[in-house]
Amino acid sequence: MNNTLVSPEQRSGKLAAFHIDLPLLLGLLTLLAFGLVILYSATGQSEAMMKAQVIRLGVALAVMVGIAQLSPQTIRRWAIALFSVGLLMLIAVLLFGYVGKGAQRWLDLGFMKFQPSEVMKLAVPLAVAWFIASHNLPPRLWHLLVGFLMCAVPTLLIAKQPDLGTSLLIAMSGVFVLFMAGMSWRLMSFIAVLVSAFAPVMWFFLMHDYQRQRVLTFLNPETDPLGSGYHIIQSKIAIGSGGLDGKGWLQGTQSQLEFLPERHTDFIFSVLSEEFGLIGVLLLLAVYLFIIGRGLLIASRAQDNFSKLVAASFTLTFFVYVFVNIGMVSGLLPVVGVPLPLVSYGGTSMVTLMAAFGVLMSVSTHKRMLANG
Amino acid sequence: MLRKRVAMQDIAAETRLFNSRALVAMLVVCAMFSVILINMYNLQVRSYQDYQIRSEGNRIKVLPMAPNRGLISDRNGILLAENRPVFSLELIPEQIADIHNTVLALAELIPITPEQQQEFLQQVRQQRRFNAIALKERLEEEEVAIISVNLHRFPGVTIEARLSRHYPFADLFTHALGYIGKINTDDLRKLEEQGQLANYAASREIGKLGLERYYEEQLHGTMGYQEVEVNNRGRVIRVLRSVPARSGKNIRLSLDVGLQLTAQQTLQQKRGAIVAMDPRDGSVLAFYSNPSYDPNLFVHGISSSNYNALLHSPDRPLINRATQGIYPPASTIKPHLALLGLETDTIQPDTKVWDPGFFTLPNSDHRFRDWKRGGHGWVDVYSAIAESCDIFFYDLGIKLGIDTISDYMRQFGFGERTGIDIHEEASANMPSRGWKRARFNQPWYPGDTVPLSIGQSFWTATPVQLALSTAVLVNKGMMPTPHMAAELSSESSSELIDPGLRPSVNVVDEQNWQVVTDTMARTVSTLRGTAHNAFKKAEYTSGGKTGTAQVVAIAQDAKYDADTLDEHQRDNAMYIGYAPADKPTVVFAVVVENTGGGSSVGAPIGRQLLDYYFSAGVNANE
Repeated sequence: MNNTLVSPEQRSGKLAAFHIDLPLLLGLLTLLAFGLVILYSATGQSEAMMKAQVIRLGVALAVMVGIAQLSPQTIRRWAIALFSVGLLMLIAVLLFGYVGKGAQRWLDLGFMKFQPSEVMKLAVPLAVAWFIASHNLPPRLWHLLVGFLMCAVPTLLIAKQPDLGTSLLIAMSGVFVLFMAGMSWRLMSFIAVLVSAFAPVMWFFLMHDYQRQRVLTFLNPETDPLGSGYHIIQSKIAIGSGGLDGKGWLQGTQSQLEFLPERHTDFIFSVLSEEFGLIGVLLLLAVYLFIIGRGLLIASRAQDNFSKLVAASFTLTFFVYVFVNIGMVSGLLPVVGVPLPLVSYGGTSMVTLMAAFGVLMSVSTHKRMLANG
Repeated sequence: MLRKRVAMQDIAAETRLFNSRALVAMLVVCAMFSVILINMYNLQVRSYQDYQIRSEGNRIKVLPMAPNRGLISDRNGILLAENRPVFSLELIPEQIADIHNTVLALAELIPITPEQQQEFLQQVRQQRRFNAIALKERLEEEEVAIISVNLHRFPGVTIEARLSRHYPFADLFTHALGYIGKINTDDLRKLEEQGQLANYAASREIGKLGLERYYEEQLHGTMGYQEVEVNNRGRVIRVLRSVPARSGKNIRLSLDVGLQLTAQQTLQQKRGAIVAMDPRDGSVLAFYSNPSYDPNLFVHGISSSNYNALLHSPDRPLINRATQGIYPPASTIKPHLALLGLETDTIQPDTKVWDPGFFTLPNSDHRFRDWKRGGHGWVDVYSAIAESCDIFFYDLGIKLGIDTISDYMRQFGFGERTGIDIHEEASANMPSRGWKRARFNQPWYPGDTVPLSIGQSFWTATPVQLALSTAVLVNKGMMPTPHMAAELSSESSSELIDPGLRPSVNVVDEQNWQVVTDTMARTVSTLRGTAHNAFKKAEYTSGGKTGTAQVVAIAQDAKYDADTLDEHQRDNAMYIGYAPADKPTVVFAVVVENTGGGSSVGAPIGRQLLDYYFSAGVNANE
């Protein structure tokens, strides 16, 4: 595999020794700090919750730095193993899983409950990238078919839990790999047509009642203002009433008086919009855009195809999280239960995301060693 | 392995491909962020006002506060309708660890029925946990005391005081004051029509009858409110603004407790009504209808057994006889008729008529009898009124004719509502040709005019009309509007009620009016006057006219014998009067149902009223 001919831009720096990408780190830290400020308000100034979140942050940062120490080659070697273990765990969940909130998503390991779907968020793009990158780009049709299959199996297993939101996001992260690898536009149009044809089938045969209800509510929230439309109406009121410069930190009436549901988790963006207004929204989007831009830059500067594909897929998946969350709380998309990445309260998804950023840092900082080797 | 050509990797091409895809991805990211931003701009800038209002609507609630109802007092400031605190035992569920045991423990201290406990526990399930819920309402004083000393044992248990209407004189002023009761759907509809619904948001009761109903707007006051910030569960977080309620106006009546009590005593066990007023301004001094009932029963909702007892009592206590009692005025209208005769020159003060004891119309042998068998002999207008001769007025009535009589008597207020300040008032009936045509589709016969001339047959009047017509008589044609409210006052201002006098009856010759009031004074002062006995040795001068109204027609040549008649068919006793004779300060009307003569029953009641009126100096300060 000594086909790395292009000499990459070589960097040196104190942080490079720890395999830290400084711009990405600064972007992430800015985002996390901003997130804590909003979270303090969104939890109703709960110190206990802040403490728990800061501890999670510490763990997540440690995981990120830890993964950054691994070289992309190491990660590549472990990709298919991780994918296989993840698949087994998904099957285990369906068989022995712990039921919570009406869905079977957790695996009880005795000392902690664990969502195997979180593993698949990382494992699917890694495994698909491993497979695609082991052939020349652009991938041939049968490569693509195998790639799609690698996406489809975990997706269907997770959709069966049922967790439609996560399964679609995981499918998407795999598809991003195929797209970045150069899947032809013609094929993509064909798939798009196929998916839209599949939509009615999904509506009538695959979706659960509560999922259909979510879509209906999304299409017309005002029909049921106290029932299923309540969340989205209150969220839009919170966002709209924030105006240009917001009601001020801790002063959001929708959030502080709890008219806004799930204010510290899925709807935390509404808290930000209410208290900091459009200016706060612009700031947050700027930070997100910077992180995404940096991620794509790392991807395009990566030395091998596996690294490129993985870095790009993680970055774009991160963007999809941001877009879906903001889209759903502001009425552009149905409410699917996706948290605002790195800002919403909650543990597992944050660790997974930071692990992905660890992979990005690894890609960004292991070039010289590669060149040297 | 794959063929070499295929296996050869074109790294530059791959990088170009990847970078172009990365560029496309970045552009898509930017485009979608733009979509988010446009949506945010729409929400936060273009629709800002809209969402701002909805956000305020979410968090701000207005809590209405009921105003205190105005008090009602008599002319001397004695309270007739007041607001008393009533106490209720209330529990706030969220502050109580074990509601069931708390209720049981409280039930050991004071009696709480299982129904009350059930109702309470049901409310606890239905209401928000931070709302106070009443376990028992209207506690006795002793119960309040027992709970109060044990209150430290029960966190979350409170005794709440609320003002409730109370009528300390119970049945004495019922038909004047009326009462308040719970607002019902009918009341709500009326309030909505009047645009007053918002003002009643916190009110539970409304005037249902009498003065409480007539002066509802003034008595009720203006609602206050608190603008509070609430959270999503409706709990009050803080008070943003507080506008205190403005109490209703207090009303001082012209009624006098003492005179009212006298009226009640004189009517004991009898059905009837007494109205006394000051002819100079129409202020009512006494307004009593017997039998009466306790209005306090209605304030908290009357039980159906109590209500049925009132409704079906043969004495009809719910009828306000002073304004809704429709009686033939009988001889009490003779002075008015005599005045009409004098003013129209139909008779002169010295015109004499022979009274053989009966009267016949030309071409008829129907005998209209005088109340006095054998007749009064020669009578003039003085003796005809003082002795209440019927024949004189049969003759006069026939000469005047129905049209003249009907028109003139309307000017005295007969057949019209007096406009007294309660809504429960009947107009009674002043008959005319048109009325009889409309009512019976018959022409008016002279035979109809004969009994009409002594206030019988179709002519009816209410006691308040009789008092008012007397006032017009002594006022020489000037008519006051009867009113019981004398003064409306709030903390800052007060307003006297004086509807004033209005010319109602055209005066041809004041001398004629003097003649008529002289004849009424003679009813009291001369030996043969029908009220002479009743007013013997009175320390004041007065004038009056007795009346005895037939309730059933007596057959030709039959003799009226009270003992043989069913009680409800006996005569009504009537008396109208005024005093002092020269410058009247009070006029009054007395009607007593089915008890006999105006002279023997009506006039003595008038005497007792006036005795009290002068001895207590009811109207002396004016």
